[in-house]
Amino acid sequence: MAFANVLFAAIFSAAVLFLVTAGLQLVFGVQRIVNLTAGSVYALGAYFGASAFDWVVVRGGSPLLLLPVLAIAGLLAGQIGFVIERVLRLVYERDEAFQLLMTFAFVLMLQDFLRAIWGAQPRIMGDLPDVYGALGIGEFRFPVYNAVVILCSLSIGLLLWWFVEGTRLGHIVRATAENKAMSEAMGVDTKKVTTLIFVLGSVLGTVGGALVIPTTAASLEMPSALIVEAFAVVVIGGLGSMRGALFGAVIVGGMRAIALSYFPEMEIMAIYLVVVAVLFARPYGLFGKAVS
Amino acid sequence: MKNILLIGLFVATVLCSPFVVSPYYATLVITMFGYSIALMGLNLLFGYGGLLSLGHAMFMAIGAYTVGVLGSKMGINSFEVHLLAAASVSGLIAAVLGALCARYTTIYFSMLTLAFGMIFHSFLFKFYNLTGGETGISVARPSLFGHAFSEISKTRFLTGPFYWYSLVLFLVLFALMALIVKSPFGQALRAARDNPQKTEFLGVPVLRVRYVAFVVSAVYCAIGGAILAVSIGAADPELAFWTQSGNIVFILVLGGLGQLFGPLVGSATFALLQDFLMANTQYWRFAFGALLAIIIVVAPRGVVGLLARGFGGRR
Repeated sequence: MAFANVLFAAIFSAAVLFLVTAGLQLVFGVQRIVNLTAGSVYALGAYFGASAFDWVVVRGGSPLLLLPVLAIAGLLAGQIGFVIERVLRLVYERDEAFQLLMTFAFVLMLQDFLRAIWGAQPRIMGDLPDVYGALGIGEFRFPVYNAVVILCSLSIGLLLWWFVEGTRLGHIVRATAENKAMSEAMGVDTKKVTTLIFVLGSVLGTVGGALVIPTTAASLEMPSALIVEAFAVVVIGGLGSMRGALFGAVIVGGMRAIALSYFPEMEIMAIYLVVVAVLFARPYGLFGKAVS
Repeated sequence: MKNILLIGLFVATVLCSPFVVSPYYATLVITMFGYSIALMGLNLLFGYGGLLSLGHAMFMAIGAYTVGVLGSKMGINSFEVHLLAAASVSGLIAAVLGALCARYTTIYFSMLTLAFGMIFHSFLFKFYNLTGGETGISVARPSLFGHAFSEISKTRFLTGPFYWYSLVLFLVLFALMALIVKSPFGQALRAARDNPQKTEFLGVPVLRVRYVAFVVSAVYCAIGGAILAVSIGAADPELAFWTQSGNIVFILVLGGLGQLFGPLVGSATFALLQDFLMANTQYWRFAFGALLAIIIVVAPRGVVGLLARGFGGRR
């Protein structure tokens, strides 16, 4: 049943990666900024989720509240996007290299922010995935919690798709991404749109981090390590493409699960060899659009 | 005028520091030389060429590991051989990677360089026998022009012979970079940054110009990395991680992007600030992040630009 376990781990990885990279893609699609803070807000969500759950349990909350508490914690932590976007706004008119560097400045700042609040020791929540029990088919058993996270990620993906394709606000967002000047001429407040999208992108990151924390440890290496994987996802899938995020997350999540079971020290190398191969075959990723 | 003042200040500092300041600060100046040399390469690529690399820490690590592997594993102690090997290995790797990367610009270039940097980073972990894996490799004291200087202590070696050696190396490479930037090649590189189509129509082979800049930058980074490895005494995989690539870009922007003195001023400011901040707070990264944000917003020409404004020079 080793295969089923690897497959399940792959889907779980892919689900979490999709959440974070969907945020990256949204922000790139609308603002043309590659948001390096995605890893930092992911870690923030993880730490904040863990603390929020402890807070609830200490006050007599049932451990069964795990999922809703983490989801709410993720939503709250994501509001840090407001702060980041407020500063990032100062360089919207500048060369994209400076915008990228500005997000790097926030990576540095958030790194010490996390250290100041939660310390340098990694934070582990214990065997919490088991609070909802485990299911199994034959010898293959998996924690219900992980399955729920996969379902959450899928539903959030569907919600995003509905938001972008089916709502009025979604159409405005797409119009802004397509042609900012024209949208403004049509009366769209594009500043509000970019703020909204950036915060939404951050929330996706923090929710991803909060949902993953019961299964892993939150540490100060989390931000830069996540960026390495998230970058692979968006490059494989194509910058700015939601379908690309999904597809890339499945590839990277799958490779990650396989590598971790069979050749752990080769994980990043294997993933990035695929990245390079994809870039040569299709310079703008599998679903990316060429930009001049 | 401002250039003369800057140069005067620089000459006075570097000539006096081994005699005036403590050995600790003299080694800090060596670190500064190492970073300056690497940043000159990065400046050619990003400052003059407009190509933001998030993988150039790889080439610094190549330089550092070359010194480590040759010295500790193969028993070759001559620093001249180390430098030559570091420059050639890095140049060769860049010649291959550059052929692939130079076709891209903007964010795609950044991501491709990051991808190669990460492949190299995991290579350092995987090939344990050569690189020492996670712990890295120690870098023995090299010999300079055949002198082992074994009669003096490590500190005396660093603040004495090695200090002057790095200084001369820095001056030579600085002069060379000044020539490169002024040359028709440098002008073509800048033109390609500002308007690639127009430059192409003028008959400049834009791709080839960018390719050469990529390879030259890698060679400079390797030499800088080799000097850093000797002054630190070790090389480890962290040197090649993508955040380190981000850090060196930060130091360059701090000094002044696309300015001849940017790398020097940036690494000097960085070395002094880091020393000051690390002594006073454990949250020095936050301070650097905030500083980077401020520099980007209010002083896009970095400290060099601020100095120029302070001296009332032309803008």
